[in-house]
Amino acid sequence: MSSSTADPRLAKAGPPRRPIRLSWSDERLRGIVWQVLVVGIVGLIVYWLWSNTVHNLAVRRIATGFGFLDREAGLPIGESLIDYDPTDTYRRALTVGVLNTLKVAVVGVVLATILGTLVGIARLSQNWLLSKIAGFYVEVIRDLPLLLQLLFWYTILQSLPGPRQALNPVDGVFLSNRGLLLPFIEWLPAHGWAMVALVAGFVATLFYARAMRARQYADGQPRKVWPAGLVLMVGLPLLVWIAHGAPFTPDIPALRGFNFRGGIAMTPEYFALLLGLVTYTAGFIAEIVRAGIQAVNQGQWEAAQALGMRRGDILKRIVLPQALRVIVPPMTSQYLNLTKNSSLAVAIGYQDIVSIANTTLNQTGQAIEGIAIIMLVYLTISLSISLFMNWYNSRIALVER
Amino acid sequence: MSDVTLNAAAASPEAAPRAAPVTSTGTVAWLRANLFSSWINTAVSLALAYLLVRWTIGFIDWAFINAIWTVPMQGNVPQTQACRALEGSGACWAVIGEKHRFILFGTYPYEEHWRPLLVCALFIALYVVSAMRRFWSWVLIPIWVGTLTLIGVLMWGGVLGLSYVPQERWGGLPITLILSTFGLAFAFPLAVLVALGRRSKLPAIKTLCVLYVELVRGVPLISLLFMASVMFPLFLPEGMNIDKLLRAQVAITLFAGAYLAEVVRAGLQTLPRGQYEAAEALGLSYWHKTGLIILPQALRLVIPPLVNTFIGFFKDTSLVLIIGIFDLLTAGKTAIVEPAWQGFGIEVYVFVGAIYLVFCFAMSKYSQDLERDLNQHRRR
Repeated sequence: MSSSTADPRLAKAGPPRRPIRLSWSDERLRGIVWQVLVVGIVGLIVYWLWSNTVHNLAVRRIATGFGFLDREAGLPIGESLIDYDPTDTYRRALTVGVLNTLKVAVVGVVLATILGTLVGIARLSQNWLLSKIAGFYVEVIRDLPLLLQLLFWYTILQSLPGPRQALNPVDGVFLSNRGLLLPFIEWLPAHGWAMVALVAGFVATLFYARAMRARQYADGQPRKVWPAGLVLMVGLPLLVWIAHGAPFTPDIPALRGFNFRGGIAMTPEYFALLLGLVTYTAGFIAEIVRAGIQAVNQGQWEAAQALGMRRGDILKRIVLPQALRVIVPPMTSQYLNLTKNSSLAVAIGYQDIVSIANTTLNQTGQAIEGIAIIMLVYLTISLSISLFMNWYNSRIALVER
Repeated sequence: MSDVTLNAAAASPEAAPRAAPVTSTGTVAWLRANLFSSWINTAVSLALAYLLVRWTIGFIDWAFINAIWTVPMQGNVPQTQACRALEGSGACWAVIGEKHRFILFGTYPYEEHWRPLLVCALFIALYVVSAMRRFWSWVLIPIWVGTLTLIGVLMWGGVLGLSYVPQERWGGLPITLILSTFGLAFAFPLAVLVALGRRSKLPAIKTLCVLYVELVRGVPLISLLFMASVMFPLFLPEGMNIDKLLRAQVAITLFAGAYLAEVVRAGLQTLPRGQYEAAEALGLSYWHKTGLIILPQALRLVIPPLVNTFIGFFKDTSLVLIIGIFDLLTAGKTAIVEPAWQGFGIEVYVFVGAIYLVFCFAMSKYSQDLERDLNQHRRR
């Protein structure tokens, strides 16, 4: 270094770089030796496992590579979101598995959040009975293995009467050992357009709210957003629907012969998995919500009351934004857990990605590829959820100086 | 105003103090404040009370009044017609009476059942001793090594006049306890090393640790168990094979290691920087600094979340059912495969669930009490 000739005041702060000495007391040399040692040992182990694997595969004449993906799968799948036939390829079968995993994970996350939030709030209720019941639920559900709960629900669903004696709690809803049936409407293009209008209305409401807030910042006058929102989100879809001739044919499940026709059906496997995942995860979410609300200082409530705000406004504008900061990070890991736990589907026969990949690896004998696919799918899902929740978290995080 | 009342009170000190109004103290007031404070609260309370009473009566009917406790035997075959005649209106506890030894100890030789029973008792004693704060020191290490060795001797036998029992015949509760306890015993040191590695300044070591933790936490335990059951045989040299239980144990240990490492890392991060700097200023080497200053404080900070991780981990050992290892849940599921007992799954799952509940509830209560005790200085 040429620091001896330059002005010392211009030199960068920090100790001068000395050349590495060949001595154990040199920190940098020690660091390098340790790293070389650890990486070397790990590398050796990996090499040993790898060479064993290559040798074993050769001895057992197991093919490698993903060529099997284009072969005919020949495995029947009970329920799928896309057209599938046992003569389709493994690629198609695995896609069905991924979609089935997403189907249970997405619905599960939404329902678990709703149920968990309700239970968490119930635990803080001033009503003694309600808070005790919510506490009991949380304590019991969190202390039982999820797999046990899934098997329990599945057993209960299987011991229900057959379609002819199906339980009929509400008109049009049937619960039997063939699963749960819900009434629906006959889906026509008009309904699709109405959904598009709903999404458009939602986006327009967001922009409207933002514009109104900008004007409130300018003149200090609060403006009501909900009338315009109502028009945009309810009126607009209704208008589109009416413009298409307002078609409405209810599709109510009914018993024809030995089974039901019509409506939306949930297989017992899917229903048991969803029920187990939602009730289990809701127990954890309830604790997170409770802790988040309790983390907001009591003084915040009192200060807001002193400003003359109403209880609903306090919750919406003061308490919830602060509670969300505490709630979102652990909530993310619960969503990830729910998605990963959906892999327990294989125990009750719901055909998710784990179940289908497992059948694939049993049929083809290509264990490494099968497990690599499972891991890859879950890593992708986990990473996407983390990225989204991190983005959301950074949006609501406290901006500090 | 207030001055006047104060003076009035002072002027007549002999006046007997009036009893508090009935409506603001005692049971009535408590009921009013907590159950019937408004019409909506009253409605909620009444609806909940109605449902609670109905469900409790229904449960008591099912579990006790209509239940059948024993069934007649014809030769070796239990006659379960009486149970089937209930059609779900009552529990058939006879299945537990008949199968509880199988659910608890699996296919372990019947006359040797005292050995797994003693093993379970040893495990529980080990947990209780580890939970006591006076033993929180290096003493725990010889206690754990000694007890776990003794447990191995009892389960395998073959020495001291005990007959040899191969590992394939083990099953039930001891397997659940073995998987979780041995998994923990090996995962914990691994977790501490990985957590330290992740905080290390050496880039290669840090990368390795981050890769391990994130990879394992991103995939479900089942995929690791599948890996253990179908891929491990490929990893090992030809002719060398390790049994299924050990393979599952390795998978569970690797899994738990990653989760525990994150908990330990949180503890390392919470510890004030001054502790690190002070230790360095004293001229302590890295290992002295870590072993004498950092870890004793950091681990103490994270004991409650560690216990919560243990609970999750204890429950997760039930997943070995999927690769066919005979733990408590698998034993329960297998018990109802016999034709005579088919269809009595609910009773068996309630029984197995109660065992899990006792263990997890004890741990969770302990963790809550501990958290309160350790945080005493923070409360005012």
